[in-house]
Amino acid sequence: MKQYLLSVYQPDGPPPEPEVLDPIMRDIGAVEQEMKDAGVWVFSGGLHAPSTATVLQRKDDEILTTDGPYVEGKEHLGGFTIVRAPDLDAALEWGRKLAEAIRWLPIEVRPFQGADDD
Amino acid sequence: MPAAARVPVEEIEQVFRAEHGRSVAVLVRVFGDIDVAEEAVQDAFTTALQRWPRDGLPPSPAGWIITTARNRAIDRLRREASRRDRHAQAALLQAEADPTEEGPVRDERLRLMFTCCHPALAPAVRVALTLRLLGGLSTAEIARAFLVAEPTMAQRLVRAKGKIRDAGIPYRVPKEADLPDRLRAVLAVIYLIYNEGHVASSGDRLDRADLGVEAIRLGRLLAELMPDEPEAHGLLALMLLLESRRPTRSVAGGELVLLADQDRRRWDRDLVAEGQAIVRACLRRNDPGPYQIQAAINAVHSDAASVEATDWRQIVQLYDQLLAIAPTPVVALNRAVAVAEVEGPEAGLALVDALDLDGYHLFHAIRADLLRRLGRVGEAASAYAAAIERTDNAAERDYLRRRYEELSP
Repeated sequence: MKQYLLSVYQPDGPPPEPEVLDPIMRDIGAVEQEMKDAGVWVFSGGLHAPSTATVLQRKDDEILTTDGPYVEGKEHLGGFTIVRAPDLDAALEWGRKLAEAIRWLPIEVRPFQGADDD
Repeated sequence: MPAAARVPVEEIEQVFRAEHGRSVAVLVRVFGDIDVAEEAVQDAFTTALQRWPRDGLPPSPAGWIITTARNRAIDRLRREASRRDRHAQAALLQAEADPTEEGPVRDERLRLMFTCCHPALAPAVRVALTLRLLGGLSTAEIARAFLVAEPTMAQRLVRAKGKIRDAGIPYRVPKEADLPDRLRAVLAVIYLIYNEGHVASSGDRLDRADLGVEAIRLGRLLAELMPDEPEAHGLLALMLLLESRRPTRSVAGGELVLLADQDRRRWDRDLVAEGQAIVRACLRRNDPGPYQIQAAINAVHSDAASVEATDWRQIVQLYDQLLAIAPTPVVALNRAVAVAEVEGPEAGLALVDALDLDGYHLFHAIRADLLRRLGRVGEAASAYAAAIERTDNAAERDYLRRRYEELSP
């Protein structure tokens, strides 16, 4: 089995109105429950806005602290799910379900290194 | 020297080229790794170069290559595994678990084809991988065919194989539910290879025969491996019928000759007969798809002794069918050409003018031809100029320039 990171990228700015957001969150919850029932779910979570991020980086002998996300842009990682899957096809299948639940936002599927436990 | 000996190097190369897809595919299953499989076949080639000239060709070259490659790879992996190379250990483990004598129900090449054409790989990468692994073309040959530098192509292949390994793209024929989509991707890759050989989108020569031949070889293989998929047969028929006209598509000096002006007596009758037989079988099966319909359209052309003798009404009907399942402007453009033959250039032009294909050189070339036939010379001239501006293929450009110059007010 390998592990895959399914990440959601979302545009910066305020979240959609509750009447838009609520059904989306419900659908995402349903997919997560399906993952748990299938025994493939490892972890998932949504993140606060990128403006809440802090970056640490070593410069010479000290660690520099800066406010805001590391990558500049109009879209940032909004949340992610980690699943266990035998191969990319199975991981993409879960990704597809998430993409459907999340409506218009893209899901990026990436394999973890060294997650083979067989 | 015994009579069996004297196998020339070229013959050894040919055998390896012909058996490359099968050998690599079986070894990928054995070792679960493309690089190990390719390296193993390369090792077997080196061994063959030493042995075959002395011992003669083995009775079953494919079996010899696979067995030799497998043994060489296992020896190598044992050495590497003992040095705690985790990658080698994994491949070795996979090989030991592999029931070698199992009679494959489905050809391994089919699995590998679906891996090479996986939607998680970029289309250009699918084409290169398919040619490399199943076609047995060298990286240099593929680079030349697609007019990119060899190191660029090599890097593209390395990255693709890395993604297959690290992301875990499986070696598997997709399950029933995914098969239609995934098969479409495989067909598209083969047809892309054919078209690249048929009309080089840039460069000086119109044909790059090797890719056309290679695409037909892959098409035959796919049709053989998936006998129940009518579109696989449709694609093969389409390529065979297009291929039958290759000798007449250009004249000495490389100039393009359009279908209407081709010397039909020089079409390859064997290819026509084979293509038409497949089309007839597809019609009996009555499960049409875009490739089958395009093949049928070309079969109608192949039947006609001249443009005038062509059954254009039937061609329009086939385009109507094609347009219903593949409603693209390019299909509509080709339909307009057929309509012009049935109802006259005016009717064709009205359809052409309704299309939004300004960037496509053939849109302008077809408009130019219809305008010329309507005697609207000035407009025809500017349409030819627009077409010339939009193609990088020298043979096509020469052809268009010639037509442009032939326009007399």
